[in-house]
Parts: sequence; structure tokens; C-alpha cells
Amino acid sequence: MFYRENGQFKTTYRADQQIFPIAQDRIAILAMLVVGFAAVPLLASDYMFRAILIPFLIFSLAAVGVNILVGFCGQISLGSGAFMAVGAYAAYNFFVRIEGMPLLVALLLGGVSSMVFGMVFGLPSLRVKGLYLAVATLAAQFFADWMFLRIQWFTNNSPSGSVSVSNLQVFGLSLESPVAKYIFCLSLLVIIALLAKNLVRGAVGREWMAIRDMDVAAAVIGIRPMYAKLSAFAVSSFIVGVAGALWGFIYLGAWEPAAFSVDQSFKLLFMVIIGGMGSIMGSFFGAAFIVVLPIFLSQVLPVLASLFGIEISTAGISHAELMIFGGLIVWFLIVEPHGLAKLWSIGKQKLRLWPFPH
Amino acid sequence: MKLSKLVLATVALASGLAAGQAMAQAKEQFIPVLSYRTGPYAPNGVPWANGYVDYIKLTNARGGINGVKFSFEECETGYDTARSVECYERLKSKGASFVQPLSTGATFAITEKAPADKIPVVTVGYGRSESADGSVFKWNFPIAGTYWVAADAIMQAIAKKEGGFDKLKGKKLALVYHDSPFGKEPIPLLQERAAMHGFNLQLLPVTAPGVEQKATWLQVRQNRPDYVVLWGWGVMNSTAIKEAQATGYPREKMYGVWWAGAEPDVKDVADGAKGYNAVTMQHGAEPNSKLVKDVMAMVHGKGQGTGPKDEVGQVLYMRGAMSAMLAIEGVRSAQDRFGKGKVMTGEQVRWGLENLNLTQPKLDALGFAGVMRPISTSCVDHMGASWARIHTWDGKAWKFTSDWLQGDEQIIKPLVKSTAAKYATEKKLTPRTPADCQS
Repeated sequence: MFYRENGQFKTTYRADQQIFPIAQDRIAILAMLVVGFAAVPLLASDYMFRAILIPFLIFSLAAVGVNILVGFCGQISLGSGAFMAVGAYAAYNFFVRIEGMPLLVALLLGGVSSMVFGMVFGLPSLRVKGLYLAVATLAAQFFADWMFLRIQWFTNNSPSGSVSVSNLQVFGLSLESPVAKYIFCLSLLVIIALLAKNLVRGAVGREWMAIRDMDVAAAVIGIRPMYAKLSAFAVSSFIVGVAGALWGFIYLGAWEPAAFSVDQSFKLLFMVIIGGMGSIMGSFFGAAFIVVLPIFLSQVLPVLASLFGIEISTAGISHAELMIFGGLIVWFLIVEPHGLAKLWSIGKQKLRLWPFPH
Repeated sequence: MKLSKLVLATVALASGLAAGQAMAQAKEQFIPVLSYRTGPYAPNGVPWANGYVDYIKLTNARGGINGVKFSFEECETGYDTARSVECYERLKSKGASFVQPLSTGATFAITEKAPADKIPVVTVGYGRSESADGSVFKWNFPIAGTYWVAADAIMQAIAKKEGGFDKLKGKKLALVYHDSPFGKEPIPLLQERAAMHGFNLQLLPVTAPGVEQKATWLQVRQNRPDYVVLWGWGVMNSTAIKEAQATGYPREKMYGVWWAGAEPDVKDVADGAKGYNAVTMQHGAEPNSKLVKDVMAMVHGKGQGTGPKDEVGQVLYMRGAMSAMLAIEGVRSAQDRFGKGKVMTGEQVRWGLENLNLTQPKLDALGFAGVMRPISTSCVDHMGASWARIHTWDGKAWKFTSDWLQGDEQIIKPLVKSTAAKYATEKKLTPRTPADCQS
């Protein structure tokens, strides 16, 4: 009833090709932005910002990056944690070593460093595919771990190998309060996600998808595999690098290489698979699933248990959390192998006919 | 239909959660407990957490502090820094007045957040060593020792064995360490000592969590260092001792940090670990202390004990209890100044921790007689004491094999000062003035 495109006539190519061709989508996105920028800052508590919303935003950003590489270009990567690490440490070095370096520039330069790193480790993708590529990108992970643990220069010669930042400012505004951090992350996420969405709709994105679907056929119709694959690595690792820098600067404040371990790479890959490969929207769902659900479970389980008069130990809760989480992953993958984003689009289809499906 | 039910259930649950939180806001001092009872470090995390929680229960059973009882909530971190930060944020919003991060990585992260939140960070025997300098680290309290003190005590014990520091010249010492901020902490101090006495320090990192150490011990076999200092933890410790056994490295020449000197580390190897030494920050296994008897009578006796009964009084259990005690005594000393029988804020507890004065009679009353020495902190010195002892595993139990050792101030103080000053300039902090100390 509400979600129909009947009567919305496109009279120009421009109107037909816009990012959200349906008016209701435009309204929905605008409403979401208003909620994100205005309502949430008014309503959410300190804890919500610091422990749930900010990690969710940062991981959404990282998942968008990984999705470009894995979901759109079909290059399975297990090096995302390394790209995050490079982004974080590069941004840290730019920020600390250059006097008066603005935070935003440092973050973007972190992304650029990660981009270069990603392209270097993307070179094997020209020769190997699929699982073999996953193993090759795993090398990036181990290399980054080694680099930031062993080369003291990267950690500003700190004795423990842990680095920290504080007194963050953007355009003269302090980034100490959780609301400011949230708005900052959200703005970056919105801008980058919008750029990514436009990229995947355009010529580059079509090349990536052609490579993903069948690289030989793509090469035959004139797509250069090297250019397409490396550009996917470049864009993806730039975004992941910025997300890594945000993770270090905004969320943790002080970090060590273990913050970007191989676990992080797996988590990001799971986000993309569960959220939906080849869907920007899916990245958000995946991030929400992986970041928010465990925290939600660990808070709800004790309450739920106490309702039934059972007292579970802390360790018990943590075990149960892992089991339920694992079970849910399996369940979702069986019910909807194309990820949560597919559920979303099925929902949209149904909404078009609702309330008269016949 | 199904979905709407699910949504409804979730909303009901969330509101129930909120109501439960509101009920907990009674007149009690809330203690956040960050612990790891799962993961590769659980063998060491569990007894610590049991001791910590049992001591809180014991304090309540004794009637609280001037009538103020303590409530607490445990949050499982799995020794993951990101998860620790989430736990910190979660428990902070419930009114925490101090926090014990129980992980060096988390200590670093929370150190950056604590001043803004006005919550003191108590790290009993761990954390960042330079935070002993209270003039720079206003909110950090590494009470009763840091890793630098531990490393210095080990060096002193080795020197004693050799017959003096001058005998160390030309000797080889290998540091087998957990490759993390925790493992890297002692390096500056050991390097300082190596330069002073002319021994050769070899650094052998072990990738976390440390179940794979074949390569490391191959190096030990090749180089035959005179001593091995083991800066390990969790599964890494028992693996290291087994590897030492396999390579035939004498356990008598191995010295562990206090995280590598408890029952879970050696239990599996039992006889193979005979002769293995570890530093303890004051206490060892204290099954005969008054504290343990009190816990047995007032906590376990009432069926409220947290862990297995036979683990009460083990090394890490005592560590947990002592950590809780020091922070709770901080609350007491804050109450002495800001009003007895009141719930203290983070700022007030900070003052209390800074003006801690635990004399022998006070320790005796708390049941810590013989467990630890008197301790007093000040504005400049947030550590309070730098006493340590060495204990040795005899195949069945940990036994003290050294007198009291004290970290050498001549070495540690300048190191703390210079590292803290570097931190201050990096962060553009101005060290506190004497006037600020009164606040």
C-alpha cells in the first residue's frame, strides 16, 4: 500500500539512474539519517554510544570495505585485520610524528597507507583464486602482526609496544564526549558508504561484478582483470584502513597489535557472509549481528535465567553466549544463504503487495 | 505475526532489564569485576576472580565498610581488549567508583578513558609500570608493585645465587616472554640491569597464547643461557616448563613472573617443574592465613563460596583477594575523610587510594598477617611498596626460598620518572603540583 512505485514516472535518464529511484526509499533513507544524526544523540545513553553504537558504526564501515572486495569482486580475503592494523598504525604515526597534523587528515592518510599495503598484498590475486587467495591474504595478516610487534619504529619506540592517542579534535571541536565521537564516526560512515554505493553502481562496480561472476568471460569482453582486481583491493583496503584507524583512535584509545589479530579478519568475513555478499546494506546487518548480538546476549541471558530462577555463573553465560551465537549463525545460513540483506529485499518485495498479496 | 511477537518479547525483556538496573541502585557501593573465566588464560583468570569475589563477599559478611555494603557484577572479558572496554563502559554506567582491568592491554585502553570518567584504575602488581608516578598518572594505582619491581626482584635473586651482581658479568640471560604489552613490560628494566652489570640479555618472544614454543626452546638449547626468565601466562607457562623438561634445561635456573608462579602453571607437570622459581609480589600460597580461615567460615561456610573449596588460599586466589582488599581499603580511607557510612564517588575513592595507610595492626585485623607487609601510598608514589619474594615449586606446593627482596629504587625510580615524563609530553599533560595533591 505504502511501498509502491506506481505512478512514479521517470522522464529523464538522470531520474532513472539515481541512487534511490523510488520515492519511498528516499524518504526512508532521509528518515534514517535524521534518526541517526538527531534522534539517537538525544535518546541514547553513554553506554549505548561507547559500547554499542560506536563499535557498530566502525565495523559497519569495515564491513562495507570488505564487502567490496569479497562480495562485489569475489576475491576472498582473510587479511582485513591486517589492513585495519596498517590503517591504525599509519594514522598513529602521521598523527604523532608530524606536529599539528589534523586528525581527519591523519585518518585518511592511514587509509591511503592501507590502500598501498592492500594493493601489494592483492598482487597474488592476479594468479590465484578462491581459497588459495584466502591463504595468500592470510600472509598479510601474519606480516602485519610481525611488523607491528617487531619493528619498534612503528610504535614510536614505546617499551610495551602499545600506543595511545588522546585529546582528539576535529575542526577545533573536541572529540572527547561519546556523542561527538558517535557523530564523527557516523558522518564518515555515511560519506564513505554513499561513495561506495555509487562506485558499485558505476562502471568500476560492474567490472568488479563481471570479474566475480566469471573472470575469463569478463576478460573476453574487454575488462582488464589486473585493473579491476587491484582497484577492488585498493578501494576495499582504503575503507578498511580508515575503519581500523577509527577503531584505534575513537574506540580503543590505546591499542596493541592483538587488537587487529586474525580473529578480526574472520569476524569481518563473517559479517559479509552473514550480512549478504554484494550488498552495501548487508554490511550493516552483518556488523549489527556480529557486534551487537553477543553483547545483547551476555546482558539478556542472566536476566532471562533469573526469570526462571536459575543462576548461571559468569563463565556459564559466556559459554552459552558463544553456543547461541554459533547456533544463530548456522540457522541464518540455512534459512537464508544469501544473507540478511536477502531477507531485507524479500521483505521489500512483500511490502509492495501488502496488504493484498493476491 | 511471528516477528511481531519476537519484537514484543524483546521490548518486554529490555524494559525488564532496565527495571532490574534501577532496583540495584540501592545504597551500596558498586564494584565492577572484569574477569576472564574462559579462553586460553582462564586457568589463571578463574582463581583470581574467585578470590576477588570471595573477598567482596567476606567484606559484606563482616558488615561492610562502616555499614556500607558492596554489590558487584562480573563481566567476562575473555582477555580481549575490545570486550574489556565494553565491560568497562557497561559497568561504569552502574556506578563504578574504581576498576581493575586485569589485563595490560585493557589497562592501556582504560588509562586513556579513566581521567575523563573520574574512575581510578587499580592494577595490583600489573599494568603499566610507569604509572607508579602519581604526579603524571593521577588516576592509576599499581599498588604493591609493578612488573619492573618483579623483574628487579628476579635479578636480585639471581645475583644472590651467583654471589653478587659483579658475578653476572659475561653471563647469558634469556627472557622468554608472552609477545604482548604484558610480556614486553620488563624489557626496559632488564636492559638497564644488563648494561649496568655487563650480562648478555637475549629476548625470545613467544606468540600469544603460547602453545607453540618449540622454536623458542630450540634457541635456548643452542645458546644455553645461564638463566631463563619466564614472562608467561596461562597455557604458555605449563607449555614452557614442559619444553624446558624436554630440552633438559634445568628448572632451578628458571624464574617466572608472578603470573607464571601459581598452582595452575605447574600442576600438570608436577614433578617436572620441581625446582622452578617464580617471583611473588609479597604473598605466596597462604592456606594457613587468617583470611583463608575467615573465608572458609563466613563465605564458604554459608554456602556462598565462588570457586572450589580446596583452591581457597592458592597463589592467584590470594592475589585476587589482596587486589580486592587494597581497593576496598581505599574506599575505607576515603570514607574516613569524606564521611563514614556514605557511598563514595570515583573522585573520593581516588583520594582514598592515594592516602592509603595500611599498618600492621590493620592488616592483622583484615586477616592479612604474614601475607603482606604494611603499605602506604602518597600523591607522588602510587605504588606504595616494592617488596617481593621468590618461591619455588617442590613438586607439590610452592615454598618460599628467599628473604624479602625490595625493588632497587636507584634503578626503578629514574626509569619510572623518564618514562612517565615521556608519556606526559606525548599527551601534553602538566605534572601535578603539590597543591593539587591536597585535592
